[in-house]
Amino acid sequence: MRFSSLSELIRLCEEEGLSIAQVMIAEQARESGQSVEAIREQMAGYYRVMKEAVNRGLRDNPRSRSGLTGGDAKRVREYAAGREPSVGGEAATAMAYALAVSEVNASMGRIIATPTAGSCGIIPGVFVSSQERFGWEDERLVDGLFAAGAIGYVIANNSFVSGAEGGCQAEVGSAIGMAAGALVELRGGTPEQAIHAVGLALKNSLGLICDPVAGLVEIPCIVRNGFGAVTALAAADMALAGVRSAIPSDEVIGVMLEVGSAMPDKHRETAKGGLAQTPTGRKIMKELYGQGTRHEEKEPDGQGDEA
Amino acid sequence: MRFKDVFSIIGPSMVGPSSSHTAGAVRIGLAARQALGEPPLEADILLYGSFAQTYRGHGTDLALIAGLLGYSTDDERIPDAYRQAELAGLQVRIQAEKRPEAHPNTAALSLRGRTERIRAKGRSIGGGNVEIVGIDRFDVKFAAAQPTLLVFHADRSGMVAEVSGVLTRAQVNISHMQVDRESRNGAALTVVECDQLPGGEALREIGRIAGVGKVRLIDLAAKEGIG
Repeated sequence: MRFSSLSELIRLCEEEGLSIAQVMIAEQARESGQSVEAIREQMAGYYRVMKEAVNRGLRDNPRSRSGLTGGDAKRVREYAAGREPSVGGEAATAMAYALAVSEVNASMGRIIATPTAGSCGIIPGVFVSSQERFGWEDERLVDGLFAAGAIGYVIANNSFVSGAEGGCQAEVGSAIGMAAGALVELRGGTPEQAIHAVGLALKNSLGLICDPVAGLVEIPCIVRNGFGAVTALAAADMALAGVRSAIPSDEVIGVMLEVGSAMPDKHRETAKGGLAQTPTGRKIMKELYGQGTRHEEKEPDGQGDEA
Repeated sequence: MRFKDVFSIIGPSMVGPSSSHTAGAVRIGLAARQALGEPPLEADILLYGSFAQTYRGHGTDLALIAGLLGYSTDDERIPDAYRQAELAGLQVRIQAEKRPEAHPNTAALSLRGRTERIRAKGRSIGGGNVEIVGIDRFDVKFAAAQPTLLVFHADRSGMVAEVSGVLTRAQVNISHMQVDRESRNGAALTVVECDQLPGGEALREIGRIAGVGKVRLIDLAAKEGIG
């Protein structure tokens, strides 16, 4: 790839008069040796999976394998249809769709990792709801996915995108930044505005720990996807309004690396701290796993009260 | 760059719930199966770090087994992997390790097939992407994002040139290459990451080079569905 930072990405866009999506498509074709048609078709296939996950989540109302979660997407959708949601109808729809995809994920259904499964609801929530709202063709959303991918590529290579490495800021935070930047471009903003949206969004999730109850991608992951979709809409609006990220977005990514590296092990997806180790979190874990397990297990170290 | 392209960020298409603990684990299992070169009959799996702490909730055990069975990340049989393993005659033992590892999501697999054995260690680095960091006693590091050749051979001068010569003639471009050896003139492993898929004839030709033992092809992309 000819870019490794967001500032290099903007420079490429400006020098060559291309959108972020166009740069990413050209770079991907060159890097993979595949045709533009082939990579667009792969991405279009991914977008179909995303839409199917939204539909499945709302239609089938899936319960998670553990039985702990499920039904929240439907709750939010019905509430939004019957009353005036505080965030407005469109944001409530994005929220419901994001919850739906994350609920499909927790039920071991099929999703697209964007950038991870823990954060798989945010981009479909923003994209599918915006498509309905603005009447966009699928092809336009496929472009949007390439733009989101370009942003995620820079974040992943300069920081991290897994909760085990960098906490939830790295997963949900990255997804919000990707969705926000892509939405700015989809709505006609400049590459520079899109990159400001990334910085604005990332700043709002710095420090977010990864503390899943019982180690499951459910509590608090699912609701964080719902919030994430709404935050991405807000970040895109700020950037489109002309708000700039005073700290350049590349530097914000550097802060995510610094904060994530300093995060203790117990707050990086180990279920040894945070919400997972609250009295209720521990109780849920005990109820799910009981005392004995199917597999031999050595004593966990430290604060955990693993069953 | 740890992440090579746009589809390592958007994607893979996968069965949930976790890209690192489910999809990444499928890929580690699949890479280990391909390194073995035949269907495994016995697997001893050690889990480290967050894998050890949370594998039940994420189905990491199911995912590793699914990979060992040759499934792709979005195969809807993954939740049923224990039963599928039984049907396939694969015995699995999984143990959570307390000892720390350099990376939080690490699995070490010892596999035995009908005639072959292999040990493989892999890390899941996020978004379903993996790094294989150990094959038998050799230290390696490859992402398995591209077709990757494992050439087990005796350490001697000229080996790298002969292997790359075969690939040149097969019009396969090498994107990355590494060699590790147990000792001077001892056993060695050369790992070749390729831009194109080397054909069966190229693999057989490499296998005929003096001093080469087994040759294995790791190609996870062939298993990826796009839904």
